Amino acid sequence: MKLITAFFLTSCCINYLLAQDDLLAELDREKNDDPGYIIATFKGSRIINGQSVETRRKGELEFIFSHRFGLINEGAFTLWGLDQSITRLGLEYGITDRLGVGIGRTSVDRTFDGYFRYKVLRQSKSFPFTLTTLGSVYYRTSPRNSEIPVPLRAEDRLAYAWQLLIARKFNSRLSLQVNPVFVHRNTVDQTYENNDDFALGFAGRFKITRSVSVVAEYFKRLNARPNVPPDYLRYDAIGFGVDIETGGHVFQLLLTNTLGMFERYTITETYENFWDGDIHFGFNITRTFQLAGKR
Amino acid sequence: MMRPAHFAVILVLLFPLYSFSQKYTATEGFISFFSSAPLEDIMAENRKVSSLYNAGTGDIAFSVPINQFQFDKKLMQEHFNEKYMESEKYPRATFSGKIYGHTLSGTSPQQVMAKGKLSIHGVVREVEIPGTIEQRKDLLVMKSKFRVRLEDYEIKIPRLVWQKIAEEVEVIVDLTYIRQ
Repeated sequence: MKLITAFFLTSCCINYLLAQDDLLAELDREKNDDPGYIIATFKGSRIINGQSVETRRKGELEFIFSHRFGLINEGAFTLWGLDQSITRLGLEYGITDRLGVGIGRTSVDRTFDGYFRYKVLRQSKSFPFTLTTLGSVYYRTSPRNSEIPVPLRAEDRLAYAWQLLIARKFNSRLSLQVNPVFVHRNTVDQTYENNDDFALGFAGRFKITRSVSVVAEYFKRLNARPNVPPDYLRYDAIGFGVDIETGGHVFQLLLTNTLGMFERYTITETYENFWDGDIHFGFNITRTFQLAGKR
Repeated sequence: MMRPAHFAVILVLLFPLYSFSQKYTATEGFISFFSSAPLEDIMAENRKVSSLYNAGTGDIAFSVPINQFQFDKKLMQEHFNEKYMESEKYPRATFSGKIYGHTLSGTSPQQVMAKGKLSIHGVVREVEIPGTIEQRKDLLVMKSKFRVRLEDYEIKIPRLVWQKIAEEVEVIVDLTYIRQ
């Protein structure tokens, strides 16, 4: 009987202790297989003129409508540049959450561009940054051969770019990106220019409110040839902007010294100097549609 | 040699241990929410819910990873996580409390009441949530439908999309538990 009493007491005791054990704590101890991928390092696929690490998710189609106006320092006569504008129309589609393809057409040199991007590494609880690689091809259709004394071959009109985008979201407000870019142009004026150019891009965004961020971007050319005024002037592309997000739209309002909305132009053909006040107002508007991949 | 009376005593004494073994773990099902708004209905479903229920003591706990709510529109899912639920900061919604009114007998659904702490978006509130529990052999099916006011959990509704997001969402729980 003593034994039974002892057993009873022990069993009550154990039961009491176990019942006190918090079930929630027990759930937390369960194996957690969520890698905790970081989302929304940047609002859009573009920071200003350059690209971001972001890819479209599977089945998403993004329409990107961009404008760069004339120079603000032309003053009231041209309505601070608003009389002129350069346009890029682009589409980007997410084949998977990590692989995307895009096409675009810019009125500068009437250039078509096509690219793919792939998110190789994703920042997570256990990994510090996101790495996206992006390869592009550009084909300028202007000038037409009928307009120039020496006709251009198709390959003369082609240029390529390859870039790595490395970004880290430090906290919900601050994201920074570095971005080595290689641009190859098949045909250049070799008196002044390189066929192969390298640049290092730096970009950042800081969220002010949930829907509004400020962004900045700078491309440092690494092997730029010296300027030969007035025939040949090239500068680093710089931009500052504000991102405003509303539902399916992102509005990016920006100030920059380049008219290019693709890497060939931004990195190798920017001919105005931001610090001389040669600044253009512009915007990118993106609209995202979910085409496929619905639950 | 044990007498039948002693045997009976042992059985009774063992009962506390037996009651502990009445532990169920959720293996299937979902928690979803729905919000009706003039422009667009918003709904999402989460099939990565973990939950434990001790039918002996009535203790129950839920843990819901916020980033596992699946939306039709992935951009909406991103906004939900980034702007409204801040899921990097508050990765989980949890409930821990007790279920009242459940007895482990019969097969017809029983009306029960869960009382405890609901934590969403870092805000903890004492709540009472009605639901039903149905027993199917070793399985328990738990169902509930209740409303959550976004304001109660400091989930902001931005003015720009005021029209889009209702101030209250309807949450549906439908989980099947298996005895551990």
